[in-house]
Amino acid sequence: MHISKKCSNFAAEMDGMSRKTMENVKIIEIKKSVFENNDRAADALRGELKKKGVFLLNLMSSPGSGKTTTLIQTINRLKDKIRIAVMEADIDSDVDAIKIKEATGVESIQLHTGGMCHLDAEMTEQGLNALAQPLPPPSPQEREPREGESPDLVILENVGNLVCPAEFDTGAVKNAMILSVPEGHDKPLKYPLMFSICDVVVINKIDVLPYFDFDMEKCKEYIHMRNPKATVIPICAKTGEGVEAFAEWLMKEVARWKE
Amino acid sequence: MHELGIVFYIIRDVKKAAEENGVEHVSTVVMNIGEVSTIIPEYLTDCWRWAADKEDLLRGCELRIEPIPAVTHCDGCGKDYPTVAHGKICPHCGSEKTWLLRGNEVEIKELRIES
Ligand SMILES: Nc1nc2c(ncn2[C@@H]2O[C@H](COP(=O)(O)OP(=O)(O)OP(=O)(O)O)[C@@H](O)[C@H]2O)c(=O)[nH]1
Ligand SMILES: [Mg+2]
Ligand SMILES: [Zn+2]
Ligand SMILES: [Zn+2]
Repeated sequence: MHISKKCSNFAAEMDGMSRKTMENVKIIEIKKSVFENNDRAADALRGELKKKGVFLLNLMSSPGSGKTTTLIQTINRLKDKIRIAVMEADIDSDVDAIKIKEATGVESIQLHTGGMCHLDAEMTEQGLNALAQPLPPPSPQEREPREGESPDLVILENVGNLVCPAEFDTGAVKNAMILSVPEGHDKPLKYPLMFSICDVVVINKIDVLPYFDFDMEKCKEYIHMRNPKATVIPICAKTGEGVEAFAEWLMKEVARWKE
Repeated sequence: MHELGIVFYIIRDVKKAAEENGVEHVSTVVMNIGEVSTIIPEYLTDCWRWAADKEDLLRGCELRIEPIPAVTHCDGCGKDYPTVAHGKICPHCGSEKTWLLRGNEVEIKELRIES
């Protein structure tokens, strides 16, 4: 525990030295989690998304586990069936947003977190509002943007980190995470919160399984220990193997959300 | 980085409470921080010093941390045990069906205003 000098002095005073000090100190009780406001904002955002029929997926993982590669593979399988947009959260670059745009053609914007290790509901909402802006600006002969042109599916690539994004509800309808084979099958034991909040866990880079002591069955068991309802989908984003199953999971969830 | 983000949330909540109570300067903010909350108290107080001194309301205001020990409950035998010492496996019966009872709090407990 860290108590600064001034605090200890103050505590000593509080402990009975000076009644006068007691009288001069007013205490305002708060007893409130610092996550509470965010949780409320996230619920409100989910309500809005439900009304508009927009499905927001929050995709999380460690850096480099294959989020962008998986997204490109998945979007190319779905973009003719539904309208998709992507929000790339990054501490400072827009490499991923450009990559997605070039490889899939779907709208893709960059959200800068300003040094923060996660996105919260407010930042996510700002991103969604930026998506709603007609881009590029409509030419004079073009009609007003049509009703119902908002995307069916928005995917948020969260900051690469298994700790903080798990604590901040973004307002997403479902949470997904990618665990890649080189990271090891015991990650669910080390980052229990992340695995307990994810509806689907994609296990990526199965092409390198022969080179690692990665135990797929143990991994599934650990994931289900943290979250019995989690769907586990092994894929290779590099070749596209298994990506179809993830795309189907998404299609089903989007349809259910729009009911 | 993580702690700085948390500090911004604390400042936002404290500002709001101070406004509601017509307070012009807060001398101490008392936090309850769970043992397994992923917050490192020293980092939190460092980030606090940096950010709080930028605000008139909080200039010189101390962030005081009261830790909450983490306790896990076992569904196998119904007993509780200290989380940090034993992790996810119950020391009483060896079960893995356990869950955190408390210890992940990041909570503003109270504000102290000296006049
Ligand atoms: N062998 C193999 N490599 C992969 C696979 N998927 C992605 N990679 C490689 O892993 C590296 C990181 O992939 P990205 O898709 O950029 O990962 P990311 O999670 O978006 O990374 P950040 O946004 O930087 O956190 C790249 O070099 C990819 O080519 C896979 O299935 N197999
Ligand atoms: Mg990426
Ligand atoms: Zn963080
Ligand atoms: Zn037990």
